[in-house]
Amino acid sequence: MEFDINASDGATIITVQAARIDAAVAIRFKDLMQEATDGLDGRIILDLTQVDFIDSSGLGAIVASMKQLQPGQKLELASLNTNVDKVFRLTRMDTVFPIHNDIRTAVSSHAG
Amino acid sequence: MTGSGTLHLTFPSSPLSVRRALQTVVTDLQGFDLEERGTVELVLAEALNNVAEHAYGAGDRGWISLDCTKEPDGLHFRIRDEGRPMPDGVAPMGDPAPLPEALEAMPEGGFGWFLIRDLSRDVCYSRQGDVNELTFRMRIGGAEAGL
Repeated sequence: MEFDINASDGATIITVQAARIDAAVAIRFKDLMQEATDGLDGRIILDLTQVDFIDSSGLGAIVASMKQLQPGQKLELASLNTNVDKVFRLTRMDTVFPIHNDIRTAVSSHAG
Repeated sequence: MTGSGTLHLTFPSSPLSVRRALQTVVTDLQGFDLEERGTVELVLAEALNNVAEHAYGAGDRGWISLDCTKEPDGLHFRIRDEGRPMPDGVAPMGDPAPLPEALEAMPEGGFGWFLIRDLSRDVCYSRQGDVNELTFRMRIGGAEAGL
């Protein structure tokens, strides 16, 4: 698993370059998030375009990543496919994270 | 399940072996739609990861066996292992916990059994000698299984 990190209009976009966030990579995901978000300020948008499967361990790792954020940082999610979106809805985590349909709307939703 | 309508797999209790087993099952379900395959993969992932992480535990490896049979009322699954029994001999109810207001208190786990119970039917756990057996059914496959 690797991340691609880009700054855009005052937000940082972290693109997960993996098809799965599951039990096999949950700890690595959490560590990579800690590393990637260290020192950032403001909105952090997690781009899940490439992710087609997430299990409860992966969901737990995203929640843990949110809990380890520093003051002034905010985690949002974008581009969830049907199966990933379903896990967030069933566990009601869709009420905890701002979720955007895609990166473009995520970035523009707060711009200006 | 292709052809005979049954699938049997036996594999070690490591996260990567569980991942490969899931891929085998999902590949075998090509006739179902994407969302149904995703639901099966999710429920199986939760059940199999529970075995790997709790029945055996990180430092302990063993075998997991998985049977899947296609019946008129859906897909029937049976998962067996030789790990530790469930606490108190019963599978967790998996009730959804109310989400707390405070982010620091947000749970990072405990969703697995909720998802299994929410997305499957006839969940049954039993301990037979040194073997754990979990069976459940998933109502997928369109009208045929929609009873």
